[in-house]
Amino acid sequence: MEVGLNHYLIVSAVLFCLGLLGVMVRRNLLVIYMSLELMLNAANLALVAFSRYNANLDGQVMVFFIITVAAAEVSVGLALIVALYRKRQTAHVEDLTALKL
Amino acid sequence: MHMTDLIFYLFAALTLLSGFLVVANPFTRNPVTSAMFLVLTIVWLAGLFVMLEAYFLAAIQILVYAGAVMVLFLFVIMLLDLKEEQRRHYRKLLTGMSVVAVGALLGLIVKAIRASDVGAGLATPMVRGDTKPLGTLLFTDYLLPFEMVSVLLLVAMIGVILLSKRELK
Repeated sequence: MEVGLNHYLIVSAVLFCLGLLGVMVRRNLLVIYMSLELMLNAANLALVAFSRYNANLDGQVMVFFIITVAAAEVSVGLALIVALYRKRQTAHVEDLTALKL
Repeated sequence: MHMTDLIFYLFAALTLLSGFLVVANPFTRNPVTSAMFLVLTIVWLAGLFVMLEAYFLAAIQILVYAGAVMVLFLFVIMLLDLKEEQRRHYRKLLTGMSVVAVGALLGLIVKAIRASDVGAGLATPMVRGDTKPLGTLLFTDYLLPFEMVSVLLLVAMIGVILLSKRELK
């Protein structure tokens, strides 16, 4: 079977679900963050595949912006995690229950 | 079967395998291992981008993601003491329920992709994501978003500096 858009989309979907699973199952803030990156990358793959098969470069520009914003997001997020760790000495979501009723 | 199809299946399998090992490594729960497998996932994804002829994005993916972002990740992992992670137990019920929910979502998406058959009728047109066409597009149609992203990066930088100060006044 010739590899087409469907194949790339399915790879992207599986990768996205892996990331989602990581966010739901893992309890470490950093690993959750890495899983988020995995989900972003899955979306990027879908966008590049659509862009290629529709002969339209707009999707690739979109991915360029996503990568830029993800870099900014990672820097802010990691700074937040470090600040949190400094205050609470933990990077574990189960220990962070200040907002729990 | 074409050679390119074989390479696609190889890259796809490697991407998914490394992605799985980021999330659920059966041997260790060390965040450093997860980060290393995330680097591998990103590298294989760059390979898939090359297969899709998005050469510029493949380069950016390696440079920015595997280079800058993951170094930042590793730096923070080394900074924090994460021995704790190894000792924790996961709640079995929660894990099982998450797996079922995500599996259902995956089934739904795959079924939707198969049913809609989005790839049908699309040949393999020649659109190459080289630097030149992307750059042209970036500095004509997408000039305003490009400038906004530069402001965003500045804001993020200031935010990070503020957040990493010891005392917030």
